[in-house]
Amino acid sequence: MIWDKRYECMPREEIEQLQLERLQSTLNRVYRNVAFYRKKFDELKIFPEEIQSLKDLANFPFTTKEDLRHSYPYGMFALPLREVVRIHSSSGVTGKPTVTGYTKNDLHHWSQLTARVLTAGGVTKDDVVQITFRYGLFTGAFGLHQGAELIGASVIPMSTGNTQKQVLIMQDYKTTALVGTPSYALRLAKYMEEAGIDPKSLSLKLGLFGGEPFPETMRQEIEERLFITATDNYGVSEVMGPGVSAECLHKNGLHLYEDHFIAEIIDPQTLQVLPPGATGELVLTTLTKEAFPLIRYRTRDITALDYSPCPCGRTLVRMKKVLGRTDDIVIIKGVKVFPSQVEAILMEMEGVEPHYQLIADRQEGIDTLEVRVEVNEKVFSDEIKNLQNIAAKIERRFREIIGVSAKVKLVAPESLQKGAEKIPKVVDRRPK
Amino acid sequence: MLRVESVSAYYGSMPVLRNVSLHVSPGEIVTLLGANGAGKSTLLKVISGLCPVAKGKLVFNGQNITGLFPEQILRLGVGQVPEGRQIFAPLSVLDNLILGAYVRFLQEDKKNIWRDLENVFELFPILKERAKQRAGTLSGGEQQMLAIGRTLMAKPKLLLLDEPSMGLAPRITNDILRTIKILREKSTTILLVEQNAQAALKIADRGYVLETGRIILEGESHDLLNNKEVQRAYLGKEYREIWE
Repeated sequence: MIWDKRYECMPREEIEQLQLERLQSTLNRVYRNVAFYRKKFDELKIFPEEIQSLKDLANFPFTTKEDLRHSYPYGMFALPLREVVRIHSSSGVTGKPTVTGYTKNDLHHWSQLTARVLTAGGVTKDDVVQITFRYGLFTGAFGLHQGAELIGASVIPMSTGNTQKQVLIMQDYKTTALVGTPSYALRLAKYMEEAGIDPKSLSLKLGLFGGEPFPETMRQEIEERLFITATDNYGVSEVMGPGVSAECLHKNGLHLYEDHFIAEIIDPQTLQVLPPGATGELVLTTLTKEAFPLIRYRTRDITALDYSPCPCGRTLVRMKKVLGRTDDIVIIKGVKVFPSQVEAILMEMEGVEPHYQLIADRQEGIDTLEVRVEVNEKVFSDEIKNLQNIAAKIERRFREIIGVSAKVKLVAPESLQKGAEKIPKVVDRRPK
Repeated sequence: MLRVESVSAYYGSMPVLRNVSLHVSPGEIVTLLGANGAGKSTLLKVISGLCPVAKGKLVFNGQNITGLFPEQILRLGVGQVPEGRQIFAPLSVLDNLILGAYVRFLQEDKKNIWRDLENVFELFPILKERAKQRAGTLSGGEQQMLAIGRTLMAKPKLLLLDEPSMGLAPRITNDILRTIKILREKSTTILLVEQNAQAALKIADRGYVLETGRIILEGESHDLLNNKEVQRAYLGKEYREIWE
């Protein structure tokens, strides 16, 4: 099913015309209304009039998370606050939070977009949707909630936590679609196994996951343990929240809603735009946002774009599942180590958690890589020999899959990931 | 149907349109909003070939029409109802209408033209009543109907309407706008420039807002009606300082 055929199946030529029109009017508006952009464009002597075609966007400056922090809270709003009807904000774990605002029209568009996401993942008006994202400043819950209501599904706004109650409601209210993070889906599966609840006895058939990296191995595990069809959807809270892109049931990439966003892939080092198909950092420009438009926002997410047609009929470009964050990539002896690769290796191992930390160092001019991996409770108290075996296995897979030799160090459970606390995935000790 | 790609136009050395892009799909009513002097009429004239394009491209039904003569563009199916009607006052209503079909006379069976004349009379019965009268003696509303009827005689696929409600009483304005909706149902596509933004957005599918030669907003009519900037600037809603 497709929620909005007119826009999701537009011929490429028409999408590009629409993007050009919306890009020109967005640039005209930010130049007029947002001091940050006016100053930046003036400094670079580049003006909205110079956008003759979509390619010209590459001449415009980037916007970074730092820029948003400097303008905290309302500095980059394109409209006065009285026209803003909703405010969301990031957690601010690694610095000052960032604030985004939405006008009535922005909320209307956002609901349309998340309705597309849910429809692409199989949700219809007959579904009972349990939303397990945290309701609050975070965009995930409200974004998908609005879309589910627009479709006409029955929405259970559960929010996070209380796994026992979540499962109880899932059983009694006959939830058919689960919305949340993929790791929470595994948590639910684990709880059901421990409590002796057969997932097949539930009405659950769909899972729409987002908010964190969701590798293919994890999808398989969720689908097998919960007996559901799991799809991935992607959003960026500064850009909109969920509703930027989403998988259809063919599960071959996330259709990016190009009538509302322009996607570019850049090399995070040289900042040059890369050709279609190349892997790099995703950069997004909003085309319809009124309160908080963003020009060339660097998402720090690593992915690639695929313009080939999808059997579902949507003509929108597909982005690959996010391969990780630019901050989490480490280059060892010229080889790029992506977080997704490391996670994939750890997911196939028995006895370890997918929580790790990479430590890059240099000894006598040679790059070294140490991988710290959490083992689970069961293995932790096991024989040394067993632990050594696991470490050797991971080291071998690193050589085979990534092509670098690494030294694996197993660490105690919950020493790398405890609750919501964030420990950097990469520590680079090499002299700069 | 119509694609305008990054078009700029000048009056002498003064830029009137700066990098304007828009499109009209078959069967749509699209409206152009903007204050006086924003460039709305110029944009229509650029599309119909009356104003030269300095930069950019015009595509109509897949064909590049940039730089074509107005009569060539008219023959391809773009008809313009000019601002202020511009009817031929000393001529009869009937002659005005027949003149509208001049590009078709040598190419088509006359029967088609008489049939289209009947269609125009059906759309505007008052014109049939006054067919023999001099056009200059008609009321403002009737003159506007005549101007639209005259353009329809060229059988345009895309109709460009420049402020059809100018100087008309509200009731007559509504009649004219209702006619525009009927024309769309009869598969004419419409690009409408209108001072009365509220009324225009009510019948249009989408709209663009021009400001000093630049498009600053674009969207479905519903969204534009909801947009506070549009409300303030073109719908006469009150502007009150609360914050800033």
